[in-house]
Formats: sequence, structure tokens, C-alpha cells
Amino acid sequence: MPAICSTVLRHALVATLAAVTCAVAPPVRAADPDPDPQASAIWQRVRESLFQGRTIESDASAVVALDAPLRAEDASTVPIAIHTRFAQTSSRYVTQVYLVIDNNPSPIAAVFRFTPDSGRADIETRVRIEAYTFMRAIAETNDGKLYMATRWVKAAGGCSAPAGKDAAAAMANLGRMKMRVDGPVTVGKPVQAQLMISHPNSSGLAMDQVTRLYRPPYFVRKVSVSYAGRVVLEADVDFSISENPNFRFFFVPAGEGELQAQVVDSKDLSYQERLQIRPSGGSS
Amino acid sequence: MHAGLQEEASAANRGDLANVGFVVGAACVAVIDTGGTLAVGRALRASVRRVTSLPVCFVVNTHVHPDHVFGNAAFVDDRPQFIGHARLAAAMAARGDNYTRAVLRDLGSVAAGSTMVAPTRVVDDTRTIDLGDRLLRLRAWPSAHTDDDLTVFDEATGTWWLSDLLFVERVPVVDGNLRGWLKVLAELRETAAPAHVVPGHGPVDPPWERALDDERRYLDTVAREVRAAIKAGLTMQQAVDTAGVSERPHWRLFDAYHRRNVTAAYAELEWED
Repeated sequence: MPAICSTVLRHALVATLAAVTCAVAPPVRAADPDPDPQASAIWQRVRESLFQGRTIESDASAVVALDAPLRAEDASTVPIAIHTRFAQTSSRYVTQVYLVIDNNPSPIAAVFRFTPDSGRADIETRVRIEAYTFMRAIAETNDGKLYMATRWVKAAGGCSAPAGKDAAAAMANLGRMKMRVDGPVTVGKPVQAQLMISHPNSSGLAMDQVTRLYRPPYFVRKVSVSYAGRVVLEADVDFSISENPNFRFFFVPAGEGELQAQVVDSKDLSYQERLQIRPSGGSS
Repeated sequence: MHAGLQEEASAANRGDLANVGFVVGAACVAVIDTGGTLAVGRALRASVRRVTSLPVCFVVNTHVHPDHVFGNAAFVDDRPQFIGHARLAAAMAARGDNYTRAVLRDLGSVAAGSTMVAPTRVVDDTRTIDLGDRLLRLRAWPSAHTDDDLTVFDEATGTWWLSDLLFVERVPVVDGNLRGWLKVLAELRETAAPAHVVPGHGPVDPPWERALDDERRYLDTVAREVRAAIKAGLTMQQAVDTAGVSERPHWRLFDAYHRRNVTAAYAELEWED
């Protein structure tokens, strides 16, 4: 089954990167950012594994921007936004955006894939940050070019922070989902939607003080959203995404249809949510 | 009772931030919270010994936060019952490792020996402990400031130790359930003022109604403005930048905790239907 293969591959990748992190990362308590984001040893390894020798444009201002707070209030819930600078068309569009958090135990936090039906290849979510780190959004356009926006973020301890303010309530709500669309929905115009998933999305890096054991990670690994049967967002994600994963994204309604989200977690449990949309200005 | 400082934890203050204390009966001593480091716990134990040679039979922890429990280890040799909310052990298990690393990182050698000591007796709802002709009535609350808040009422003096269900002067910290906390405050407000009140932070015996109303106003403002932000489609970051800022003049340590409270409130309230 493809799902199993990809899980295995992905975990293999995660394991490799985690090992790299342990081997070469200096203790990251630095008050100042690295002088050169390109020089980050973790990034060099991630870059090699994801992009090999391909050129990455670091002047990405015409393509992609990454918003994140310089200093996060809560390292387990750091809101971030990736904005692309042009609308998706069939002739020019962003095919995917990689979100890399250099100093996290699993640096590749997410890979988001978009289509022309996405309207905009923008995404907002919340992440855990384990140590002061560079965060990168690398956009790939349909002509195969890569563009990278980089931010330095001061936050620490988000991955090893225990999940949940109310553990009992969290497990009772596992798999509950909410989807909403904000503002007027018009045929042919990109509209923003939000998908919320109730899930501990735990990193497995918080030690149980009683058993002295680390619980296994348990997290959402795949998110797929379609509108009227056409894919608008696919994402491979991991425990760098905060508890109760939350995504804002765009889609273009061509007419009346159903927004469908499917989520699969690391135990291969899947969850679905649907939302009927009736845009104005359509012929249907 | 010993008053904690209205500061953030540092090596200079040894994590001495929370109000801690003890109650002496005819046969036993009950310690209520133990401070933010082993050193604070030891100082508290020395104070007990200056007052009485009776055994410390009980150490009551009002909730899991490190400034209230890291002195527990100072009392282990007294072999007391460590008493907490039914959910305290799970919270300590989940957070202890993180808290221990943080206290050592932030305070250094001053925090040496600060470890979590789990409860040996739990309170599901209410429980009374007897210190010898002196009864303490313990009550476990639904999720509010944390998911494991416990209060202590001393019948002899009419003193209600509310701990962090009541913050006085210092900005409240939301680490449990904002709506649950507001419900608890509404219930407290319906209750006649006790003879004495001990908040978790801030001066003892604050004016009962005003202290409750101040805290309720803060939490209510955060809840109302975060709800409005969610309804308007604002992001968490936008809410963090705008919600509740009118409360700033009223609280100490506002800049250290308020934005985090808004983050927590948003993550909770966005799931409301």
C-alpha cells in the first residue's frame, strides 16, 4: 500500500535527520542569530536531502514571504504564515512549499502541495519550536525553480513541552474537526478556509516523570483537501505542527460544491470533514 | 504564611514567587505549597521548626506549577502524605521533566535538587484532613487556572487558601480552562467572604469582592475580545497583538504573561461552537 510505503520512507527520513541533529547541532542557546543562515549545518543536510544540488533563490521577495514572531509567546504554539506573491494560474503557480525549522528534532516540519485550484499557495499554521532557530519556507514553482524566505525565531522547548492544558478533554475530543470559510464566497475568486483538527500531535519528546519513558510520537501525518472533487491542498506534516493542528488555506470555487478534508495520523487512523459551499455569482 | 515575590523566577529570588505556608494543629503540621526550589522548601521547613517540633504530616500542593511544588523535596525525610488534586500526578508526570530542565536552566545552581515529588494521596472532590483538633477542608476544582487546582479551608481561623485561583496584583496565568475559571470565579463570588483569604500571588486578605471582580474582569475581557477576534476571522497572531491590551495598567508582569494568555484563550475558544 502506498500509504504504508510513504510512512516508512518518511519515518526513515525523520530518523536520519534527527540523528543528524544530535550529531552536529551545537547547543542552541545563542543570543544572536548565526551570521549566515546558509551556514547552518542542519540546513546543509536538509537541503542536500530535499533538493540535492538545485539552485535556491534566496531573494524570494517576488515569490514567497514567511511571517513568524521574532520572539514567540508560547514555543509549543507559534503562529506562522506563508504568503505567496502571485495568484495561482494554470500557466504559473507554486506547486509546493517546504517548511523547515532547522533546530527542531525533525527539521522538515511540513511539505504543502498546491494546484491552480488553490487560488493562492498561502498557508497559515502553528508550530512547535524546540530551540532558537532559523525557519525557512521554500516555494517551488511549476517551472521547477526554488525560492526561499528565511526568518530567525526566538523560542525554545516547544517540542519537549508536554501536550495539553487539559489532558482528559484532549483525548475525549480526538479526531474532532472543524472547517470554516470566512467572508463572501464568489465563483472564480480565491477564498480562505480554515481546517481545525483536534489531535494531541505529540512529539514523544516529553518524558513521563513516573515511568521515565518517552511516549511514542503520535501525530497527524497527512492532510488532503479537495473542493468539488479537485485537490486544493495536500500536506505531509509531523509533530513540529502544534497540538490541535490548524491550517488556513485558499481555494477557488468554480461553482457549488463540497469542501472535503481527509486527515490521516501516525496510527493510520483517518478522519474526515465536509462543508457544503454555495458561492454567489455562479451560473449553477 | 510566607509571601512570594511579584517577580519572574531568577537566581536572585530562588524561585520564591508563590505564597507558601503551614498550619499547626495539636498533633501535626500541614504545609501548603513549598516554593519554587528546594532551597525555598528548606527555608520553609526551617520556619516550621522555629514554630513547632510537631511532625509534618501533610504537604498539600495546590497545583502543578513549579513555583508551588519544587520545594516538596525538602519535606521527603519527614515522610508526610503529599496531597494533591486527582489530576496532579498526571500533570507532574507530563510536565516534570520540562519544568526541571527549565528551573535548572533559568536559575542555575540555586535550583539544585529541585525535583517533582508526586502526591501519595489524592483528592477527587473534597477531603478533610485532621491536624489534631484542627480540620482542613480540601476541595478539588474542575479545570480552571490549571487542570489540577486544589483549595484549602482552615476551619479554626476561617482562612481560605485559594492559591492560584486568585491572583492579586499579578496578572493571572491561564493554563487550564478559561471558561472553567470564569465559572469558578462566579461561584466564589456567590460565596460569603471568608474571614481570611490567601491568594497564590499577592497580599493576603485582599478585599474579597474587589479581588474576585478584578480577576474576573481581566479573564472576561480576554475571553470577550478573543471571541470577537475569532468571529471576525482574525488569526491567533492578530488576536495576540490586540486582545485585552486595555488591562495592561492594572497588572504586574502583564508583558511577561498576557500575550501567552491570549494564545491559550484563542486555542481554547476557537473550538467553541
